[in-house]
Amino acid sequence: MTMTQDAKTNKDVYIIGVGMTPVGEHWEKSLRELALDAITALQADGVWARPQALYVANMLAPSLSGQTQLAALLADFAGLRGIEAITIEAAGASGGAAARQAYLAITSGVIDVALIVGVEKVTERTSAELEAALSTSSDADHEAVHGITPTAQAALLMRRYLHEYNVPEDAFAGFSLNAHANAVTNPQAIYRRSIRVENYLNAPMVSEPVNLFDAAPLADGAAAILMARSNALPEDLPYPPVRIAASSIVSNTVAIHDRSDPLLLDSVVDSSIQALQQAGLKPEDIDIFELHDRYSIYAALSLEAAGFATRGEGWKLAHDGVIAKDGEIPICTFGGSKARGDTGGATGVYQLAEITLQLQDRAGENQVQGARFGMAQCLAASGATAATHILSRKDGP
Amino acid sequence: MTEKKETPILKPLRDVGIVGYGAYIPRYRLPAREVARVWKSGTGGLSIEEKAVAGLDEDVITMSIEAARNALARASIDPTEIRAVWVGSESHPYAVKPTSTVVAESIGATPHTQAADWEFACKAGTEAMQAAIGFVGSDMADYAMAIGMDTAQGRPGDPLEYTAGAGGAAFLLGPAEMSLATIEGSYSYATDTPDFFRRAEEKYPVHGERFTGEPAYFKHITSAAQALMEALNCSPSDFQHVIFHQPNTKFPKRVAKQLGFTMDQIETGLLVPKIGNVYAGSSLVGLTAVLDVAEPEERILLVSYGSGAGSDAMSLRTKALLPERRGLAPRTHDYISRRTEIDYATYARYHGKIAMK
Amino acid sequence: MEISRHWRLKRQRYALIGEVCPHCKKKIFPPRDICPECSEDARTLYQFSGRGEVYSYTTVFQAPAGYEEHAPYTVALVKLEEGPMLTAQLTDLGDEPVEVGMPVEMVTRKLRSDGEKGMLVYSYKFRPRFKEAVR
Repeated sequence: MTMTQDAKTNKDVYIIGVGMTPVGEHWEKSLRELALDAITALQADGVWARPQALYVANMLAPSLSGQTQLAALLADFAGLRGIEAITIEAAGASGGAAARQAYLAITSGVIDVALIVGVEKVTERTSAELEAALSTSSDADHEAVHGITPTAQAALLMRRYLHEYNVPEDAFAGFSLNAHANAVTNPQAIYRRSIRVENYLNAPMVSEPVNLFDAAPLADGAAAILMARSNALPEDLPYPPVRIAASSIVSNTVAIHDRSDPLLLDSVVDSSIQALQQAGLKPEDIDIFELHDRYSIYAALSLEAAGFATRGEGWKLAHDGVIAKDGEIPICTFGGSKARGDTGGATGVYQLAEITLQLQDRAGENQVQGARFGMAQCLAASGATAATHILSRKDGP
Repeated sequence: MTEKKETPILKPLRDVGIVGYGAYIPRYRLPAREVARVWKSGTGGLSIEEKAVAGLDEDVITMSIEAARNALARASIDPTEIRAVWVGSESHPYAVKPTSTVVAESIGATPHTQAADWEFACKAGTEAMQAAIGFVGSDMADYAMAIGMDTAQGRPGDPLEYTAGAGGAAFLLGPAEMSLATIEGSYSYATDTPDFFRRAEEKYPVHGERFTGEPAYFKHITSAAQALMEALNCSPSDFQHVIFHQPNTKFPKRVAKQLGFTMDQIETGLLVPKIGNVYAGSSLVGLTAVLDVAEPEERILLVSYGSGAGSDAMSLRTKALLPERRGLAPRTHDYISRRTEIDYATYARYHGKIAMK
Repeated sequence: MEISRHWRLKRQRYALIGEVCPHCKKKIFPPRDICPECSEDARTLYQFSGRGEVYSYTTVFQAPAGYEEHAPYTVALVKLEEGPMLTAQLTDLGDEPVEVGMPVEMVTRKLRSDGEKGMLVYSYKFRPRFKEAVR
């Protein structure tokens, strides 16, 4: 595919506004109210243009809330009745997938302004029902039927990782420590407290070797971003818009057992390469990497597959502080799934919103100084889908 | 009344034998002393050491599948040649829907096969075997699988709870010339004798206490054994091994003595002290233990007993093929020695005696 | 209540029947009709031996609805000796520790029951290889 310089300039797509709700147990709020809260937060930030399309990222509404047609429901509830509205489901990659659909619609020229809302409501049901709903992201006939859960899948990969690579007992602790440290100053985070390595080492096992601090808490939340083409930007934007320098989705086998090398996240490899090539960047150009850290093993595997670490050494980046806010490749700068909280299909939208704040220099105490390029990557379950976006400051290349 | 007739021994048109056999005993064991501990009944009169208990994911279907696979391995035939899969049990997982179709599907015997479940308390397995002998012996089929398997239930605290175990065996019946042991003749004896029963929808059986003895177990087993031996013109000393239904250790020993058998003859097939009374699988799994060690040209007498009541008696003669085939599947004592002891609480959980809903 | 789904999968679930690619001879489980190796049609049935080894394993304590009565249970990635890997529960573990690389064999066991009134679902599980299990 070739693109003339003229078309490229005109078709640049920007994130112009973001809004997030705190991640937590929102007993008093429904799906639609959470979504509206995120949209309202976006509007309150002083950025608004009526979107022509709404893309809703959600995984669990059909199974936990008995609700399909979520996008139509939310469009109506948010005062946008009549606009194009569809729900995008790609399990934990739904947020990135919805952003990708908006990006494609805008670059196609059909849509000028799109609203992306990621929303998840996980507290409607008891834990056994939640586990069953989460397990639908694995192969129903060949994985879920055997009683496997996302936690168990992470444990299978982590156990094999520990078997294949010689890693110390506290190898994965750094991911949890970093996430918690960053979440302290994030008002939206579910866990705003730091932890020490002893906490990690003494944590009870969830599914051995995954302990409580290797697993992210799943909670309710919603995030919204407003996306527009360069020639449709509202005037007098209070903050610089952030350019989408790359957008990529790659699929892989849903079942872990169908992969020739389960410890290599092929979808992350391919999606990262695609995104970096689109943006004309190398891994070392990325200043922030909001990655999939639903379980710490995925953070390590993502760093390896995306080109930031060699295989078997992803954990070292956490162990040696490379992923810290002031390190070479900061991750989970607002706490990530581990400490901001994981919101299922909405997580990818939180990632994009957080990188936007970083590139607008609005991250407050979470600011990564001088960040120019941020990569957001969300995965479905064990990596059946990888959705990668690279954001850049408006004045970027 | 008419004059005394000849005993109606069952003899098929063509000679039939066991072409494959397989046992299954689950891994968990509940010691009798553990039941005694919970029910404060003392340990003086315990009739067994321990009983085999099925795991949480086991039932008559899964256990029958493994026994059938073992029988098939020893027979070394193509499973599509099997024309009947019959499972005798009093703990079929479904009230309506055959155990046997799942077993037949699992071993690759579908679809050109008969499949049915049999019920006759503890002799449902030998009843299926008698039918299989007839099926093959009439030349309607070359191979028929007969299985006796149970995950026996006893009411908590009832004397039955000490012994009601899990296990059984599968036998592939086929032409005598291919067999590991031939059937020399068989005989069945049944009357309406209500010594033990379980009404539909009830979870646990009831028994007539001492009524289960003389008029039931002993009457039917001795009648069947004597009739068969008489018809075959042989006596207890002609058999190297004898296996009786074994609800406890006492009954089979006493009935052996009554009939004139020695303790040496019943020893190999007497598994009840180690696995309990596995109901429809009881005498049949005893037979597998005998086949695991018997030399060619040995004679074996098998007499089952099912409450309600009836006995099937069979006389078998081992053949030259037996020693080379028995190594093709785990032996019965491999299963017996594969044991994990559990406590009463775990047993209660495995047997669904803890209400979960 | 699910009925036809379990019925449809019975051969692979009960007996580990997969496929072999007639073109490149790759053994395929679970069956998928298009060879993952050479992308040709692969619908030739193949009976797997059921022998394999543990690639990785863990224990599920927080079980999904329908599996609570069996929890905790051990799940594993099992590498079959013919090549393919599958996801399955391990059973009959007794007191023996599970290890990566442990030889296992397939057994047919009950996975769950579909509610009080629904079907019993049977499937392959794996246990320590029998001879090794005998002390």
